[in-house]
Amino acid sequence: MGTVISASSDVFHGGISCANSYYWDAGAAFLKNASRQDGESLFAFSYAIMRILSGSYDSALVLGVCKGSENPENDMLTHFFTDPFYQRQIGLNETIAAALQKREYMDRYGITEEQCAGVVVKNLGNALRNPYAHIKKKVEIDDVLASEVVMDPLRSMECAPKSEGIIAMLLAKEDLAKKLTDKPVWFKGYGSSIDKFYLGDRDLLDGQLKTAAMRAYDVAGITDPKKEIDVAEICEPYAFQELLWYEDLGFCERGEGGKFFDSGATKIDGKIPVNPSGGVIANNPYVSRGLYRLAEGFLQIRGQAGERQLDTKVTTALAHGTHGFAGQCHAVAIIGN
Amino acid sequence: MSKDFNTFNNVVRLPHKYAAGATFTKFYNGLKKGIIYGSSCSSCEKVFIPARSFCPGCLTNLDEVVEIAQEGEVISWAFSDKEFFGMPGKPPVIIALIKLDGTDCNFLHLLGGMETKDLDAVKSVVKTGIRVKAVWNDEKNGHMLDIKYFKPVS
Repeated sequence: MGTVISASSDVFHGGISCANSYYWDAGAAFLKNASRQDGESLFAFSYAIMRILSGSYDSALVLGVCKGSENPENDMLTHFFTDPFYQRQIGLNETIAAALQKREYMDRYGITEEQCAGVVVKNLGNALRNPYAHIKKKVEIDDVLASEVVMDPLRSMECAPKSEGIIAMLLAKEDLAKKLTDKPVWFKGYGSSIDKFYLGDRDLLDGQLKTAAMRAYDVAGITDPKKEIDVAEICEPYAFQELLWYEDLGFCERGEGGKFFDSGATKIDGKIPVNPSGGVIANNPYVSRGLYRLAEGFLQIRGQAGERQLDTKVTTALAHGTHGFAGQCHAVAIIGN
Repeated sequence: MSKDFNTFNNVVRLPHKYAAGATFTKFYNGLKKGIIYGSSCSSCEKVFIPARSFCPGCLTNLDEVVEIAQEGEVISWAFSDKEFFGMPGKPPVIIALIKLDGTDCNFLHLLGGMETKDLDAVKSVVKTGIRVKAVWNDEKNGHMLDIKYFKPVS
């Protein structure tokens, strides 16, 4: 392959500064024009796409790597997302930020605890059919509501676990892709956007996913995402965020995420299935989770998603990745056949 | 899944020394005197806290600091009675977003000065929208926690 782009994180990969040095050889990157992106892996995907679109490379290998089992708890690491002058002195971490966001969401739009817990039940239910899922257990709403409060209003089962996950994805330009496979999946669009840094400078219920999605839809020529997206794999490190992201992705109106969920539209057999893989609640290899979403979309389009394959025809898939507190930055990729 | 290979522990300690810069230095010096400084953007007509060197909205340079009111409204809050890494002090803790009067963003700080022994006790007092005011430590060192917490205004 022509070039290698990887995503890994120095703090989310066993405290190894220059995390890529430990997988660069296995990733076939030596003596190549290889580069790394630190943070959400869908950003690495866009980096690789641009290298091919530039005409400089016929192919690119995208890697996403995270070995959660070697790490301390996620929030010991996310605490260092903060600046040392202000937010770190108050003790901020990702779960606190999400708890603040969840309470605002419930207070402003009447989202219920049952709706938030329902996302866990749906996603872990889907994960039972996914051999790659980390958390595999059948749960009911009451189990979620009875789980330990970690940061009120968040309970432990509403928070994503700490998982392992490596993804390798080969991208190729059109003529090479047609030689490599008779079932290519094509890049259709990508968009990303980043919100302000301080949590208090942002409206936590009106973030940048809307902008990232609009940019991706624009590139992909999508005008009605509700009708044109056949499956969405989205990043919900905290269950309630899936409801909020429905709104930002244009699946429903602002504040309607809970009602949209209640309609059943996002179940595996719904009008727009969301996270048939089980999502991030079932498997959270922190940095590579966005690329996992894209790989799941790829498998669905090719009809290779095994027991979690949708019954309906999948021609267009959406993958979403997020990084930072309460969804500070977002990336959306659209693929299809 | 059992592992048939060895594991070992490694603790990494990385001491850092940060330069606070001109604007945070002004802000911390304000805290030492019991004053909260923010910055006002003449272009957007918005007031930000803590003080900063440029506007997060329009990127205009902000040279002057302005004194900020010490009372405001709770926008959101989170409660924990368990210890966590980086926790300011000992549990229980309430971390909140507070919109101080006259500002156009939320200030991340602590709530306190009420019964916090359990969540029900906290919920009987703390609600989104309640008014709070700053309570200061007697000894001030130029640190965010010179403000002890924000206390509900009765």
